[in-house]
Amino acid sequence: MATRLPPVDVVLVGFGWTASILGQELTDAGLQVLALERGAFRDTVPDFATTQIQDELRYAVRNELFEEPERETLTFRNSMDQTALPMRHLGSFKPAAGAGGAGVHWNGQNWRFLPTDFLTRSHTEQRYGKNFIPADMTIQDWGVTYEELEPYYDRFEYLCGISGQAGNVNGQIHDGGNPFEGVRKRGYPLPPLKRSYGTVLFDKAAKEAGYKPFPCPAANTSKAYKNIYGVQMGECTFCGYCEWFGCGNYSKSSPQTTILPVLLHKDNFELRTHASVTKVLLDSTGKRATGVVYVDLQGREYEQPADLVILTAFAQHNVHLLLLSGIGKPYDPKSGQGVVGRNYAYQITSSVDVFLNEIVNPFMGAGALGQAIDEFNGDNFDHGPEKFVGGGYIALWTTGGRPILQHHLPKDTPKWGSGWKKAMADNYLRTVSIATHGSVMSYRDAYCDLDPTYRDVYGNPLLRLTFDFHDNEHRMSKFLTDKAAGIAKAMKPRAMHVNQREGHYTIIPYQTTHNTGGAIMGTDPHTSAVNRYLQSWDVPNVFVVGSCAFPQNAGYNPTGTVGALAYWAANAIRSQYMKKPGPLVSA
Amino acid sequence: MRFIASRRRLLKAALIPSAASVMPLRFVPNASAEPVSAPGQFSYFTPVEFTWVDAAVSRLIPNDDLGPGAKEAGVATFIDRQLSGPYGRAETWYMQGPWKEGTKEQGYQLKLTPAQLYRTAIADIDAWCSKNGKRPFAELDAATQDKMLHDLEKGEIKLARAPAKDFFQMLVQNTVEGFLADPMYGGNREFIGWKLIGFPGPRYNYIAEIDDYGKRYAMPTVGLLGRDGTRVKES
Repeated sequence: MATRLPPVDVVLVGFGWTASILGQELTDAGLQVLALERGAFRDTVPDFATTQIQDELRYAVRNELFEEPERETLTFRNSMDQTALPMRHLGSFKPAAGAGGAGVHWNGQNWRFLPTDFLTRSHTEQRYGKNFIPADMTIQDWGVTYEELEPYYDRFEYLCGISGQAGNVNGQIHDGGNPFEGVRKRGYPLPPLKRSYGTVLFDKAAKEAGYKPFPCPAANTSKAYKNIYGVQMGECTFCGYCEWFGCGNYSKSSPQTTILPVLLHKDNFELRTHASVTKVLLDSTGKRATGVVYVDLQGREYEQPADLVILTAFAQHNVHLLLLSGIGKPYDPKSGQGVVGRNYAYQITSSVDVFLNEIVNPFMGAGALGQAIDEFNGDNFDHGPEKFVGGGYIALWTTGGRPILQHHLPKDTPKWGSGWKKAMADNYLRTVSIATHGSVMSYRDAYCDLDPTYRDVYGNPLLRLTFDFHDNEHRMSKFLTDKAAGIAKAMKPRAMHVNQREGHYTIIPYQTTHNTGGAIMGTDPHTSAVNRYLQSWDVPNVFVVGSCAFPQNAGYNPTGTVGALAYWAANAIRSQYMKKPGPLVSA
Repeated sequence: MRFIASRRRLLKAALIPSAASVMPLRFVPNASAEPVSAPGQFSYFTPVEFTWVDAAVSRLIPNDDLGPGAKEAGVATFIDRQLSGPYGRAETWYMQGPWKEGTKEQGYQLKLTPAQLYRTAIADIDAWCSKNGKRPFAELDAATQDKMLHDLEKGEIKLARAPAKDFFQMLVQNTVEGFLADPMYGGNREFIGWKLIGFPGPRYNYIAEIDDYGKRYAMPTVGLLGRDGTRVKES
């Protein structure tokens, strides 16, 4: 029997970026907010201290900061005719557990999506015709536009202290920035980071090839910075331990370095860790949430009543909770009916390793220290002759040179023996890698539902993921990879190694933690789980925030858009929902 | 039953206030000054198993004209310690049945933990040697060992219980880890791995050097435990 706890105004499920933003904004509006986090509390001191955090084995290889599949995982199959099997250890993606969520361990690659990314279907149909989109491709518009989100992108950038060079301020194109970006009202809060040698070589080669390279916007501070809440950050030292690590230097934007020093001290905010939410409770009508059930470390169950329930967990955990709670109609790929679990998407990446004669010191880096070109992202180029939808950026990142996972070896290098050893000695200091980061569209047969066989430690069915790369994505990725190889050639390397993404999607090795969809936003309750304010169509006092809202995935890292959506939803709750609780959009 | 079993672990974890404070328990004091194969020094391996792994890693990253290899770097000690800890026990992995052979895209589906896979495979490989009229693996000459390792890698040696290819892949991965991880885990002794490739260790601040393009970084190698990479020896 669950212990019933005193009610709160708002309960947040999961405590990463989105919960921190909503917690801060809703407590500012006077609400009593409780955040429930399944993992531990952790902070810059002592958990990310530089005396311990720069440990590749512990954090990057043994996955210390992430969720433990023993407690929570999903099952996976490529297609509906296969039997899904559990992801037994982390591989292709690494969801976080613990305070700060993935905001602790990300690289800090912070982008805005393009204006046309929010109009994927209507824009594509308008420019290329309805027949251009394959029949099984279930892409749709977001129900929100770039112009509407612009102030919220801006707010997230000034929360984080993004280092970068604006390309388009109020319609005026600025040299050295990304000329393809949507119109922004002002530049970034900080100038770009210092350049690594690799990014300088890429910049030169890309310019020679006729492109317009620019410094990637970075949530790594190029200078000391005081943010919108008065929280102080310090200058990045290029230690090269961002992704998979917490920052010990207050230089990578995370909930800990930007919001928590203010939020955790508020009287109307509480964070409860080691609290795994297993269900959202509904009243007898099924149209109103009454709170959530969670389980603590000792297996004790609690009922936490709340007027407003906001799901702010990792994308697919939000979807899992909706399915376990019976909120929204589960998606059925056979009929195409239902919305929860629909339009799961991912990203498709590839790389070109470039072996140089010069020493490039890869270990001097930062997670978002990169130089990119955007000529082939979104609809920045004519897709007519290419006959695929989507695109991506091409970038040279100098994220670090951690030796176990971040070494690159020429093609045909032996996997072991003296040949391997010699290749390591010859190449480690003299290699850069050009990455392509491509969109993945949504499809009728790419979705999430509940697994019929495998269960988690609480006895609940695991989420089942059915996903594969489609021909459209393979062709798009090949197109990007060929362009990347062209830039690599212009760097006049002694050798190159093209790592083309081929064949089926696989749950190993690591690719990216940019999983999207499953609780998508939109304008039609028959094809979206939440409305344009991320409010459940079916249970209006439930909001679902995160990349699960993306109707398909764009060619950029998602965090900037996730942050903007969190501010967008917070504003809708403050300015509309609090005045008149109920559906913000009539179905 | 499943829930009860997990609950026991949760109860244990509940006694500890935060994940961060658990972590030091995962470290094992470094003993790099001690002889590699002294009996009774192992955390998980039997002496026979340790000798087997020491022989295998000596071929995977050999001592050659470029300098010392995995044996000298203490990689067998590293693997021994890893297998006795949470990694060896697959402590964070989802290890509930039913167990099925999946597609290669579905990843690891063995019921064996890494520690169990080593134990099973090492015994299987020596049994295979015996059946084929050979001396145990560790006693073979380098060329024969190399041939056997290649055959295991390709799955051309069929073992009685352990899947050879999966084991070999794990062995290579753990060998590279031990050669290139911080020395406090028992491998990468005297920074043998890091010095080979030119990695200076967790140096923390490169603001002054990052735009000094094309120059080799001059400062000496460090580890998380300091200049010699090992813990100060207790008397």
